[in-house]
Amino acid sequence: MVLEAVDLNVGQTFSAVVAENLSRTQIVQYAGASGDYNPLHTDEVFATQVAGYPSVFAHGMLTMGCTGHMLTDLVGDGRLLTFGGRFTSQVWPGDDLTTTATVEALGRDDAGRPTVELAVSTTNQDGVEVFAGYATARIED
Amino acid sequence: MAAKRFPVEAGHVLMFARSIGDPNPVYSEPDHAAASEVGSLIAPPTFVQASAQFDPDYGLRPRIGRPWFGSGRTPSGLQRPRTGDDAPRPRGGGGGGSGLHAEQHYTYHRPVRVGDVLTASTTPGKRWEKQGRRAGVLVFSESITEYRDADGELVVTARSVGVRTERAVSTDGPTEGPADGPKEAG
Repeated sequence: MVLEAVDLNVGQTFSAVVAENLSRTQIVQYAGASGDYNPLHTDEVFATQVAGYPSVFAHGMLTMGCTGHMLTDLVGDGRLLTFGGRFTSQVWPGDDLTTTATVEALGRDDAGRPTVELAVSTTNQDGVEVFAGYATARIED
Repeated sequence: MAAKRFPVEAGHVLMFARSIGDPNPVYSEPDHAAASEVGSLIAPPTFVQASAQFDPDYGLRPRIGRPWFGSGRTPSGLQRPRTGDDAPRPRGGGGGGSGLHAEQHYTYHRPVRVGDVLTASTTPGKRWEKQGRRAGVLVFSESITEYRDADGELVVTARSVGVRTERAVSTDGPTEGPADGPKEAG
């Protein structure tokens, strides 16, 4: 998908489910792929008995990775210019995550190419925001 | 992250894309990628985080022959939980014994491509403290990592903010709160 400026309006929103009933196994997959083997995320015994959490929880970067999936589906491959944000609440096994991107502005980059600025929010099944961020991407006229 | 040599390999990108639940064939199917706008296999936007695999000093990977702080016969492989300054932890962002990842920001200069051999060099940024509502005193620290290709050209600039907490983040507190987090995950 490639976004075209003529089709976009400030305030327009796009949204997609990026995780459903998040499994401990997916968290393990992310640990293995990313190389972040912190037992807080994959080792229920350590997370509960040593660290004092109610269970393991997802890497913030897994949440951001899932969020990025929605963004690249929206703006197209290789078109992100920036992507960032804060991890605002923990993500637990069993969570459903939905990412919403809202058009904040339409502009031009230094080379005069059209761009879109997005506000990005990922929330869980209770409506609690788990990632609050932004992205900018190259689009077409 | 400090990886002197971070080779971007097809199998690694495939596994990373699977782990974030993204079936986009531009990450796994060379023919699809060749015919697409980007022209070859690329990596997802947060993939550079996996340079941890190539950082020889990364603290959140078990070391062969050394005790690991996760569980084995006992809840922690260390005699006592390492939650103080001796805790294995990454530089800047990422979680350690009591370290959590608060923010992550990327600027993309071009897509990361399978076949790239990147270098990652990290410099420390700002450091600040806050009193948190749910985890005591919070110490934030920022780090900036530049990922460059074999020609020395910038590919991705990453800014990471890590936070160290006095105690586990309380989950019985409010679920919303001010930006002084760390209501979040490493």
